[in-house]
Amino acid sequence: MSRSTLLRHLVVTVACGVLLFGLTYALDPFRDYQLATAAAYLCATAGLTLLAGQSGQLSLGQGALMAVGGYTVALVQNQFGAHNVTTQWALLGSLVAAICVASVAGAVIGVAAARLRGPYLAGLTLVVAVAVPSIGTLWHSLLHGDQGLSVYLLPAPASLGETFPLERWQAWLAVIAALLTMLALGNLSSGRFGRTMRAVRDDEIAAKLAGINVAGTQVTAFVVSAACAGLGGGMLAVLAQSVSPGAYAFTLSLNLLLAVVVGGLGSLTGAVWGSVLLVLLPWLADDLTNSLIHSPAAQQRLAGNLSLAIFGLLLVIVMIAAPGGIQGLLNRAGRRVRGRRERVAAYRAEPSAPDAQPHAPAASRTSIPNP
Amino acid sequence: MTALLRVEGLTAGYGGVPVLHDVDLAVPEGTICAVLGANGAGKTTLLRTLSGMVRPDRGRILLDGSDLRGLPVEQLIRRGLAHVPEGRGVIDELTVEENLWLGGLFRADRRALRGPLREAYELFPALYARRRHAGHQLSGGERQMLALARALVAKPRLMLLDEPSLGLAPLVVAQIMALLRRLRDDGGLTVLLVEQNVRSALSVADSAVVMAQGRVVAADSAGALVGDDALRHAYLGF
Amino acid sequence: MDRFVFLTVYGLSRGAIYAAFALALVLIFRATRVVNFAQGVLAVVSAYLAYSVSGATGSYWLGFGAALVSGLVLGAVVERVVMRRVEHAPPLNAVIVALGLVLLTQGILGMIYGNQYRAFPAPFSTVAMTVHGVPLMTRYDLFVFGTVLVLMLALAVLFTRTATGLRMRAAAFAPQVSRLLGVNVGRMLTLGWALAALVGAVAGMLIIPTGLGLHPTAMDLVFVSSFTAAVVGGLDSPIGAVVGGLVVGLVLSYVGGYLNSASTPLAVLALLVVVLLARPGGLFSASTARRV
Ligand SMILES: Nc1ncnc2c1ncn2[C@@H]1O[C@H](COP(=O)(O)OP(=O)(O)OP(=O)(O)O)[C@@H](O)[C@H]1O
Ligand SMILES: [Mg+2]
Repeated sequence: MSRSTLLRHLVVTVACGVLLFGLTYALDPFRDYQLATAAAYLCATAGLTLLAGQSGQLSLGQGALMAVGGYTVALVQNQFGAHNVTTQWALLGSLVAAICVASVAGAVIGVAAARLRGPYLAGLTLVVAVAVPSIGTLWHSLLHGDQGLSVYLLPAPASLGETFPLERWQAWLAVIAALLTMLALGNLSSGRFGRTMRAVRDDEIAAKLAGINVAGTQVTAFVVSAACAGLGGGMLAVLAQSVSPGAYAFTLSLNLLLAVVVGGLGSLTGAVWGSVLLVLLPWLADDLTNSLIHSPAAQQRLAGNLSLAIFGLLLVIVMIAAPGGIQGLLNRAGRRVRGRRERVAAYRAEPSAPDAQPHAPAASRTSIPNP
Repeated sequence: MTALLRVEGLTAGYGGVPVLHDVDLAVPEGTICAVLGANGAGKTTLLRTLSGMVRPDRGRILLDGSDLRGLPVEQLIRRGLAHVPEGRGVIDELTVEENLWLGGLFRADRRALRGPLREAYELFPALYARRRHAGHQLSGGERQMLALARALVAKPRLMLLDEPSLGLAPLVVAQIMALLRRLRDDGGLTVLLVEQNVRSALSVADSAVVMAQGRVVAADSAGALVGDDALRHAYLGF
Repeated sequence: MDRFVFLTVYGLSRGAIYAAFALALVLIFRATRVVNFAQGVLAVVSAYLAYSVSGATGSYWLGFGAALVSGLVLGAVVERVVMRRVEHAPPLNAVIVALGLVLLTQGILGMIYGNQYRAFPAPFSTVAMTVHGVPLMTRYDLFVFGTVLVLMLALAVLFTRTATGLRMRAAAFAPQVSRLLGVNVGRMLTLGWALAALVGAVAGMLIIPTGLGLHPTAMDLVFVSSFTAAVVGGLDSPIGAVVGGLVVGLVLSYVGGYLNSASTPLAVLALLVVVLLARPGGLFSASTARRV
């Protein structure tokens, strides 16, 4: 990766950070919490985008790896709590632990997954997503079954003032985690590892002939994505201040898949759209039902289910009509605008040839890669 | 004599890239027409277009005067057009007998097919001995026999054969050519025969067309083509 | 020993259901190379319909019939309306679409029926009959064995003895050649999905009354077990699916009986990992070299 790319990524990250920092002051605590949740999701979805979009491995187990991160944070934080640790830096230790444990879990799955393709890989990771939450029940003495654990969390630092809302503090934490994740993944995918991953995705045999360690690349991608999931899951635990199998159920894995597919598997930016959608859509759906329907029984039945149905419908429609997702559509629109500008420029430069054809922009990958 | 198959101005290809250019062809009923040409000349593409597997961009395909264009592939066999594809198209996972049945199922139920199946076995006794074997257990020659037999069970009027001699011993090739001759003479079958084996093909064919780069470069009676030294040297290599 | 016998019969009974469900997965995989991840939720829809019909008419059997019919219709509709549109796309697109159907259907079911578990009564006694004082099997187990046996025989006859079955097999193995031979491959695909959904609906009807309860996600774990069963069998072998189903049923029964019922999902995972790593083609794969 060239130094200018690195610099650009840094500048963009810092700019986003400053913007979001300002934004947290403009938002009320509820919105700050939503922002924090979207940022926590973004850690996991960005990792999944890298894994599915660039290395071509579709994992349905990302939610399970988030659970690993979440429970790790819960256990470590509660140890800190039990020992009366009062420094905010302790949280950093918990999150690092979450990343490490999730990476190890990801490595285990990844080693198995590197030998699998297509439906077998999807099936295996699906079984992981369904099976892992049952560890909570199995290891009841430590993890407290369906009830789960509460997470010890210090209030926002006193230096920020008495009335500083916890949600804003949480939003800061989550946004920092998300920005660091995006920065790391952005650099990774624009560097050599990214090229290696895409080479493996596009043609395994050619990659092997070119001397690339195919299995190693795939496992590494899995570990990176798992680390991101661990961070995201840990962040979710910090936000909710509790963890339970229900919070990391199979539906979470499906939701993460939805986010990356609808956002667009082609680029990390897609993960941003997806994560925002994941937070906004259920909230909008609930708002809609509450304003349209007044019977409490009906409201209760629609709660959550309407957004679930919309998610599903969205996933089906996007996959059929616009496999590139939101980012794919944006890219296409952007190219069209640019194309028109080029055409106009070409016409101006050479008015005697009105049918001068600007060369067609290279067709970009609109369907998700076929491993 | 009217042509059973008449092709006019046929242009077709894959993904917008034309492979066939303006192909004209007429095959009278009860005759064998050989289609000759180098690798990549477009012979297979021609057959695939005739049987609807490749959509033509332009031109007409008339079978007994009615246009076949736009008909779904599975309807063409009902019009009397049987296509034995390149590589023969035996379904490996099915037994010999199931393959044969499948050949006639579109027009009759299993019971009514007993007669046609018996005829097929009489024509190819080797197949009868192997009727319970799966397709992938057959030898190359047996596969070719099965593909031919399966097409015959359909009782077609026009048979499209794509390189039936591919990979077969000369003796088997001679047998197949003799069979085609008999089917034409006794049963009035019309055949469009794609072949690399030019001598064998011309030995049974009534007429022949030579294709090069997706165009018909010569069309004449088989005898005239054999006599045309320049053409033979230029396109047929003997 | 008594416990072992009981767990074995119990495992075979559950395994028979997994076998049926795995068979449904195999039917579709053979024809389209797609694993129908929506199979479980389609079965749940049929079960809910049966629940409503039974509730309205008071007859279990009318509900059962409704489940069968709805399975056929649902399978056909899903293939025609949705899956056909991703037929030529990369295979992962079909997986994602199927998962989208899972979310969509679970959402719709939740909106209609709510998210509480509903008791789904079994048509026969679920109290174990004893032989020489040893609890052996329940009447319901007998019903399960009988139903699955009839189902498998019917499928075997359909596929090996009828013209339609021959067409369906041909269409699955060699769609291009089959079309040349006059087989309407599109129609066979629709029929295959319809049949698979019917089989899945039967499996759902059989397993939901066994303490599972009716819920939009009721079949998630069944799907996982049956997918494992199908993989054990090689994903494209019907016989393999049946054997795989019985194996998974037995393993889960022993694990649940001797260890801990909470560990069964992990046992499924372990079994799947072992099979995928040791014999990726499954125990009954027809072809040795397969893209896994
Ligand atoms: N499925 C396809 N997609 C794209 N191009 C194709 C396809 N099949 C054939 N072609 C191209 O069309 C041209 C004609 O091919 P075709 O198979 O018709 O030749 P042929 O005369 O049958 O050759 P051969 O004697 O080797 O069988 C070739 O240039 C080939 O590359
Ligand atoms: Mg050819």
